[in-house]
Amino acid sequence: MDLIINGKPEQLPDGTTAAQLIEQLGLADQRLAMEVNREIVPRSAFTSYTFKSGDQIEIVRAIGGGAH
Amino acid sequence: MSTVMKTATPRTADPLLIDGVEYQSRLLVGTGKYKDMEETRLAIEASGAEIITVAIRRTNIGQKADEPNLLDVLPPDRYTYLPNTAGCYSAEDAVRTCRLARELLDGHNLVKLEVLGDEKTLFPDITQTLSAAETLIADGFRVMVYTNDDPIIARRLEEMGCVAVMPLAAPIGSGLGIRNPYNILTIVENATVPILVDAGVGCASDAAIAMELGCDGVLMNTAIAGARNPVLMASAMKKAIEAGRESFLAGRIPRKRFASASSPVDGTFF
Repeated sequence: MDLIINGKPEQLPDGTTAAQLIEQLGLADQRLAMEVNREIVPRSAFTSYTFKSGDQIEIVRAIGGGAH
Repeated sequence: MSTVMKTATPRTADPLLIDGVEYQSRLLVGTGKYKDMEETRLAIEASGAEIITVAIRRTNIGQKADEPNLLDVLPPDRYTYLPNTAGCYSAEDAVRTCRLARELLDGHNLVKLEVLGDEKTLFPDITQTLSAAETLIADGFRVMVYTNDDPIIARRLEEMGCVAVMPLAAPIGSGLGIRNPYNILTIVENATVPILVDAGVGCASDAAIAMELGCDGVLMNTAIAGARNPVLMASAMKKAIEAGRESFLAGRIPRKRFASASSPVDGTFF
């Protein structure tokens, strides 16, 4: 199925879970947060959350930045 | 009789109180624009800051993630992370950013809200800021809000329930210092929540002036990270904040037009 991950078109097998995607991207040990179609997917739900075709996925982290 | 030995972090008699939490440092710093992670760590240590702002951005996908992680260098159990919505130009993006930050930081709900108006001035978009603040507060966030130096808007943001109001001293990254001290003073006098100057500080004396006006703290990034020697400037800022605060508490002498001798006039032999 086709979906968008961090702004880029990607393909994933049907039934891929959020946990599988994070594993596949090598981000399993990273502190991150995920949004699908502008809704938060809690980390506690990663193993059960299944993507569907057309999903827009954002995976974010905290970086240096900030104030002025 | 036994004595219980208790180790506690040293407390000053004059803590900064934000949303019921005491902080010993009145300097808040951003973590952007540094040369590398080591310089970030050293400068933030030298600043003595306890609250540090961070940005929320996309992870780099497909690149090896072996670069040092901010959360490893500045552990969240030692610093209070203040995720900020820098770079957001709409209330909707600011709210999304805060929700992602809360998920990322295990439910931590203290955020810095900033909604910008345009790229040239980076002035806040006040209507969008008010809208985002309303949504975030209703959603349980504790909001520290970046705003302009308008006392009416500052009061409105406080009335809405923001836990700190943070007026700019001058445009973000400009280093122009406190451009409108009378407005900052009015904002401070009106407020019952902490007022922190956010943006525009260029050097240590600017920070001291903000504190002498009665501000509860100063939030800065570029003034430290952009200095020729960021670690030394971080140390200078720490001292300026402390000096400015003590100067404010001590109460300055009134300004007079003419001189007033400090040696006694009585007892002169000439």
